[in-house]
Amino acid sequence: MLGLRKRNRLPDRSSHIEANLANSKIYVNDVSKIYHSEKNDVLALQNITMNILDNEFVCIVGPSGCGKSTLLRMIGGLDEITSGHIIVQDMDVYGPGVDRGMVFQSYTLFPWMTVEENIRFGLKMKKMPQEEQKQVVQKYLEVTKLTPFANSYPKELSGGMKQRAAIARALANSPEVLLMDEPFSALDPQTKAEMQLLMREIWEVEKPTVIFVTHDIDEAVFLATKIYVLTQRPGTVKKEVPVYLPFKRELELKDTTDFLQIRKQVASLIY
Amino acid sequence: MVRIKIRKEIPKKRYVTLAILAFVCILLVWSIVSELGLVESIFLPTPRSVIRYTMRSIANGTLFANMGISVYRILAGFCLAVILGVPIGIIAGTFKPFEAVVRPISEFIRYMPVPAFVPLIMVWVGIGESAKITVIFIGTFFQMVLMVADDAMAVPDDLIHASYTLGTNNFTAVTKVLIPAMLPRLMETLRMMIGWAWTYLVSAELVAANSGLGYSILKAQRFIKTDAIFSGILIIGLLGLITDRIFAYINKKLFHWA
Repeated sequence: MLGLRKRNRLPDRSSHIEANLANSKIYVNDVSKIYHSEKNDVLALQNITMNILDNEFVCIVGPSGCGKSTLLRMIGGLDEITSGHIIVQDMDVYGPGVDRGMVFQSYTLFPWMTVEENIRFGLKMKKMPQEEQKQVVQKYLEVTKLTPFANSYPKELSGGMKQRAAIARALANSPEVLLMDEPFSALDPQTKAEMQLLMREIWEVEKPTVIFVTHDIDEAVFLATKIYVLTQRPGTVKKEVPVYLPFKRELELKDTTDFLQIRKQVASLIY
Repeated sequence: MVRIKIRKEIPKKRYVTLAILAFVCILLVWSIVSELGLVESIFLPTPRSVIRYTMRSIANGTLFANMGISVYRILAGFCLAVILGVPIGIIAGTFKPFEAVVRPISEFIRYMPVPAFVPLIMVWVGIGESAKITVIFIGTFFQMVLMVADDAMAVPDDLIHASYTLGTNNFTAVTKVLIPAMLPRLMETLRMMIGWAWTYLVSAELVAANSGLGYSILKAQRFIKTDAIFSGILIIGLLGLITDRIFAYINKKLFHWA
């Protein structure tokens, strides 16, 4: 498979981590990232270790410039790993691949294709039979509530709709993990809240494993089952915060004391 | 308080009116200056004499014959530049090693004056049609490579990265994403380049030509027939404008999604 190499040598791990590996989906092992430039080398991320389980909704938060997007891009295989390993389903990441779907902050729908054709793109690439393609496209149009806009071009869509289509396009490929890089940060607050609700709804039904990078603490607490808080550059994992909130989440949740408490805890770790 | 004027839209009607007015103004000034004899007709012919000359060349068939041969030369040179320049430009704009090979050389050559190549071209490819086509080709090819490379580079990284996560490899990411994404810009580039091809026409027809719009201007120069020179220049300008509008129209129809 593109972007993954079968592991023939496992890195050294502590026994504690090995115990977790049974249902580990993504394992980030002691990963560091150094940006080389002519003048100097910048250590962006240092010794990051994360263990993400199947069906988890993980949010990564941290101060701006802490390298959270870089980390996500490394998992996606779009940035090179300076040292350490990232393992997705027992395979080493060394490049991008269909097992890791990605939604970007910028709008990345193919502008010359309709919404439907965009969602179909990945299915066509893997030569899925026509009939099956149709079904999958229909399903994800419905999941993202875009059925009436199937034949619209991206330029005719609002920002929120574009991101919904991008999510549908990524999910249609049934990736092992959905990587989301601040996908809602360009949207207005109203649309953003709607998108969060929809995202949570999709996750409750479809159960994808999600890694979601954001600088919005509210968003992270509302969406996540687990939050990783990163420190200032060089980014390290400051704390792993489990989010014990109800499975079914509505926007009213944001006013409850439980929510506010976790919010406060995460905020205190960042500032 | 400021009333915003910078880039403020105006009604299309007013835009067209202003554009026509500008042409009329120039024509008016030209008419007044020449008709009143403020400038000698050998330097500046009257509009009437230019029109008269043009009419005469339409009547005796020379205008359309010259037009035909010139259009042929331009299309041949331009198409050749497109066939070679577009793929090379795309590859150079996509893969850095190719860029390193292609870009500095093209940057170097494109500053060389095309008319200076004329004697060389005569030695290399002779004085036939291919010589004229070669001049047009050299004039547009190197520019085209560079501009197409820029067009390819202007496709956002995220678009290509997104396609990688949807299952493209380095080849399909280029054919199925990068090229379709750059097409509107590419066509705009070609539209500009064909304009440039028209400007090289006179240089091209410096090469032992005995027909063509550029040649008719050069011939008129020998006899200081300024009305003929004006007629030729205006016709070339007009044809250039028409080609440009055709391109603009096609681009708008083709890339409604952009």
